[in-house]
Amino acid sequence: MPEFTPPQVQLAGVAPEITLLVSALILLIVDTLIGERPNRWFLPVMATAGLVLAGAFAASTWGDNELQLSGAIALDGFASFVKISLAVFGLLTVWVGRDYLVRDALEDSEFYALVLLAVAGMMLMAAAADLIIMFLALETFSIALYVLVAFKSGSLTSQESAMKYFLLGAFSSAFFLLGIALTYGAVGSTALYGGRDPVSEPGIASFLSTSPTANTGLLVLATGFLIIGLGFKIAAVPFHAWTPDAYQGAPSPITGFMAAGTKFAAFAAILRLFDATLFSLRAEWRPLVIAIAVATMIIGSVLAVVQDDIKRLLAYSSIAHAGFILTAVIAANDRGVSGALFYLATYGLAVLGAFAVVSVVSGQDEARVRLAGYKGLFFDHPALAVALTLFLLSLAGVPVTAGFFGKLVVFGAAVQASYSWVVAIGVITSAIAAFFYLKIMVRMYLEESEGESSPLPIGRLAAGVIAITAVATIGFGVVPGPLLRAAEDATMFFQPAPETGQAPLGG
Amino acid sequence: MNDLPFLDLTLFLPLVGALVMVLIPKRWEALLRLAALVVTTATFVASLGVLASFESGTPGFQQVTELSWIPEWGIGYITGVDGVSLWMIMLTTFLMPLCILTSWTIKTQVKPYFILLLTLETGMLGVFSSLDMFLFYVFWEAVLVPMYFLIGMWGHGRRVYAAMKFFLFTLAGSLFMLLSILYLYFASQGSAAAPTFDYRSLVGTPLALEVQILLFLGFFASFAVKVPLVPLHTWLPDAHTEAPTAGSVMLAAVLLKMGAYGLIRFGIAFFPDAARLLAPAIIALAIVGILYGALIAIVQHDVKRLVAYSSVAHLGFVVLGLFVGTIQGMSGGILQMLNHGLSTGALFLLVGALYDRRHTREISEFGGLARSVPVLAGIFLIVVLSSLGLPGLNGFAGEFLVLLATYQSYGWWVIPATFGIVLAAIYLLWAYQRVFHGAVSIEANRNLEDFRMREYVMFVPLVALIVAIGVYPKPFLERIEPSAKQIVRQLNDASVIPETRGLAEAP
Repeated sequence: MPEFTPPQVQLAGVAPEITLLVSALILLIVDTLIGERPNRWFLPVMATAGLVLAGAFAASTWGDNELQLSGAIALDGFASFVKISLAVFGLLTVWVGRDYLVRDALEDSEFYALVLLAVAGMMLMAAAADLIIMFLALETFSIALYVLVAFKSGSLTSQESAMKYFLLGAFSSAFFLLGIALTYGAVGSTALYGGRDPVSEPGIASFLSTSPTANTGLLVLATGFLIIGLGFKIAAVPFHAWTPDAYQGAPSPITGFMAAGTKFAAFAAILRLFDATLFSLRAEWRPLVIAIAVATMIIGSVLAVVQDDIKRLLAYSSIAHAGFILTAVIAANDRGVSGALFYLATYGLAVLGAFAVVSVVSGQDEARVRLAGYKGLFFDHPALAVALTLFLLSLAGVPVTAGFFGKLVVFGAAVQASYSWVVAIGVITSAIAAFFYLKIMVRMYLEESEGESSPLPIGRLAAGVIAITAVATIGFGVVPGPLLRAAEDATMFFQPAPETGQAPLGG
Repeated sequence: MNDLPFLDLTLFLPLVGALVMVLIPKRWEALLRLAALVVTTATFVASLGVLASFESGTPGFQQVTELSWIPEWGIGYITGVDGVSLWMIMLTTFLMPLCILTSWTIKTQVKPYFILLLTLETGMLGVFSSLDMFLFYVFWEAVLVPMYFLIGMWGHGRRVYAAMKFFLFTLAGSLFMLLSILYLYFASQGSAAAPTFDYRSLVGTPLALEVQILLFLGFFASFAVKVPLVPLHTWLPDAHTEAPTAGSVMLAAVLLKMGAYGLIRFGIAFFPDAARLLAPAIIALAIVGILYGALIAIVQHDVKRLVAYSSVAHLGFVVLGLFVGTIQGMSGGILQMLNHGLSTGALFLLVGALYDRRHTREISEFGGLARSVPVLAGIFLIVVLSSLGLPGLNGFAGEFLVLLATYQSYGWWVIPATFGIVLAAIYLLWAYQRVFHGAVSIEANRNLEDFRMREYVMFVPLVALIVAIGVYPKPFLERIEPSAKQIVRQLNDASVIPETRGLAEAP
């Protein structure tokens, strides 16, 4: 008779997520207790406190390397890096959101609570070492975001885009679930890693490493479905159809949050799943991911050219960026993982900054989102225009911005893995992408503003966020070393076997 | 003499000046102008330090500064100067104060204008002094942004179109260069050494011929746009014509040289076999450019556009010299880079002076100006004669060397190239005749103000240099020749090294 040993519950791995859930609940309760007030300053303060605490918890586990909660949660540098970044994204979103909500008289405790919940789900996504946990995380942040997209309760576009986002999102979740079911069928478990003994503690990694000759057909099929589910969240073609609508309809701070956070969380899952767990199956999934990446880069940048709504334009640009980051996934090497992390962190900052500017410029009820509304912005509001220019240059990948270095490391990883031809496509699409970023700049600098220049009330918080992201975008462009080092430390969970011989597809 | 790092001082003085100028309130326009003049003059003085410490007779890099920047990726801050870059640096620092002086007539948005000009100077100087490929690429692209704004915001007529075209042509070219740089970077990874961006280590990286050709074309895409070689020249007439005077001067005198410089420094040095193999094709393009540029220049009715097309022809001579494969050709080509910078820079300044007086550039609007502005006309004549290669002025030495070298290596190919000089005499003298001679047909031309003090200050040193190089080119050539010799040796002696890597295995 085996002795009964009470299971050891270690919570360090999910401390940030728990913190966020608790803060969200406290926030809702406090708001109910205090009741209606003209200035509910305590809401953003509490949200800030929760996010800072969660980030601190994530930072405190930096350097740990273990699995917790029966192998369902990974506690490693990778997760810490993603969680800290997400906490920062959450903070910036809350601050910009506060000014936005006050201006449009939409402020409600639900907004902050939902942002916290979404960040919690995204964090869990990065730490999930079990497909079921990954699915739970995915649904947690998705459902929070469905509501946030619809947060402009008076706006029909907002409602419509939330509905589209929800329906397509639910559809993709079903694919993801099917992938999980097939994985279970193939492996006998949904755990990514599994224990040392593949029989009593099965897992995908241990299945692949101990039975290399085993029939992996079912697992490959499952991989395909998992790609669909995650491809939807990163807005990869052909699962991108929701992106422009959802980005357009959502309140601008939330759009920025979706672009930065959702992408990061979903890519974290992709990197862990494909570049680590399924690394030995790379010959099978690479062709599929390459096809998706190429299509994403091309469709994203080409369709962005014809947009005349800045939020839709940035939506297509975010699709193109998903394609660029996928080149690092294809590379499936250390440089690829650290490059993708660097890219996602700096892309997130730039896109949050850009949407902070958009939410300021768009004015009451987001009336001014057409590109024509940006005419002569430099002459009326030079600081806003210069900041937006900086973000756009970073998105376009012009030195000395962080976006350039991100592109360099991501493309470099793919060149190292002998996928220069994919990078060649990335390079061509980057040039196309530069065109539509320039289009915005032309409006701001080279054209006169139409009619009267209305004064733009710029909230202190929004101004702060724009300043922070602008400084970070330049700072990480000039001195990318520290962030890159952190991203390289964060690849420590990943131990891909050295590339042997020729890469599966050749150069 | 080597106590001060003159090169780095020269490099960063303008940028520091630009940052300081950000703090000056924008209504203090006189102070802003003065500050820009002081900074650029100080930069010129600092560059005289570079010239004074330069040891002629040695081919290698001098005054090298080496600092670690992003060690994770083998990126360093490495600068140095040799015979190829020395005169380009001097040309840039010499022309910049003149550009500031000619910009005294800029009345709108004075502050951003001068800040952008100073930023541009640091970018251009960085291109010529970087010995790290990453650093080089950063500066290369950094030139793009200020120039885009200079053309777009202070240009004439179709400025937006011209700025956009300039940006996109150049960016598309340079992204291919980035891909080549990345490939080279990983190819440089030896058995022991980590990959590096250090130029000096990258020279001599063994590459299979087909890889060399592909990578050479990647670099060539970028440089051929910049030079520009026909048929990639179409951005040039628009950009040069619509830019403000200072922008045109910098475009013609320095930015075009960046392309030629890149061909020498990177195209030939990294991929000598590919360069040798493709030389006939490039020479053919160069000769086509010489004739095409000259023929189109003849039929122009806009003085500025005429000068712009003359650049296409002149740069053809430069490229011709670089690729004929003899020391004379190389030295002549490099000297011609300097000469074209001075002559065409001066021509654009003079056209700007005309424009300031008459607010038109149409040749038919002028006529008989020699009577109303005799000094301007005299200076214009000297510069025209120097541009068409009259013996005794600077243009002669360079073009003569190039043609001599072409005859030695390519025989009868020299005949069409020589026609270029005849055509230059036609379009320049004919235009001169129509502008300055004949009867005064338009009343506005009768009472024009001749040179002011500011203009004397600009043109006296320019003309002095033009005459000096023409009469006594030895001090210039003897600093160029050792480096030219070394590059020609690389071009001619290198052969496909047995230990090569194919496309598939590398990097």
